[in-house]
Amino acid sequence: MNIAERIAEARRTRDLAALTDAVPYAAFLGFSMTLLEGELVGKMRYADHLIGNPALPALHGGAIGALLESTAIFQILWDAETIVLPKTVNITVDYLRSGRPLDTFARGIITKHGRRVVNVRVEAWQEDRTRPIALANGHFLILPGDG
Amino acid sequence: MSAADDAQTARLELLRRLNRGFAEMVPHNRALGMELVSLDDADAVMRLPYAPHLVGNPDTGVLHGGAVSSLMDACCGAAVFMALPEPVPIATLDLRIDYLKPAAPGRDVIAHACCYKVTRNVAFVRSVAFHDSEDDPIASAVGAFMLSTKLGHWQRGAGT
Repeated sequence: MNIAERIAEARRTRDLAALTDAVPYAAFLGFSMTLLEGELVGKMRYADHLIGNPALPALHGGAIGALLESTAIFQILWDAETIVLPKTVNITVDYLRSGRPLDTFARGIITKHGRRVVNVRVEAWQEDRTRPIALANGHFLILPGDG
Repeated sequence: MSAADDAQTARLELLRRLNRGFAEMVPHNRALGMELVSLDDADAVMRLPYAPHLVGNPDTGVLHGGAVSSLMDACCGAAVFMALPEPVPIATLDLRIDYLKPAAPGRDVIAHACCYKVTRNVAFVRSVAFHDSEDDPIASAVGAFMLSTKLGHWQRGAGT
């Protein structure tokens, strides 16, 4: 199956696992989309290779950024009408707290769904959702074929 | 040996030592296969070797944006270190990345970062990622880093 077929399948079955499993980098991150109290969230399962600062220890900023970006992309796939893999135009990540060696969750909110571009806000947290560790805001192209 | 040779030797030694710190002691950098290519005042160049586990689109084999952002984050951090009179702990405050074109499948990505301003608390960095030339970039980034961050604040249970 190519990615468009996988997207169509995942949208039909409302199961994103087959889609995340098909992306090698998602597997490397331990990334999955999961339902948490009825809400679709991205999850990055803790693994030692995600550590960026062994002294603290703290998660690598790049890994947290990748979780936020992946969550935004899969949130668009979940909500959008079009069946294309969104392309990141740009993303800004604010790092609020160091990421502890724990599972990390992220929730994406589509702030504006345009015809060509989607604006998404994402928040990441660990044990306490009221204490986010990072925020992101990004723009994603959703053009069929080459955007 | 001339003074210039001495400076060059010292720089290569520093690069070797920092590579050990950056690549070998940082698990995520090691997992990504990142390495420092060169260092100069307030300036760093790093390489991300192409690898199948870093692919974001299995149809095309193009690297995931997250892998490129990890490279640019690490490279920006290295440039901040090279701008400081003495090494202090740093933490990324924010990083904005523009993806200008997809990375070519099968090819390494190079990032070049420059720390263009250091204040008492914050350092400011910009970076480009490319294959062959900075004039044909894959991504560009700007970021800010906090300086002299405390170690293990959460471990003391005080939160942040």
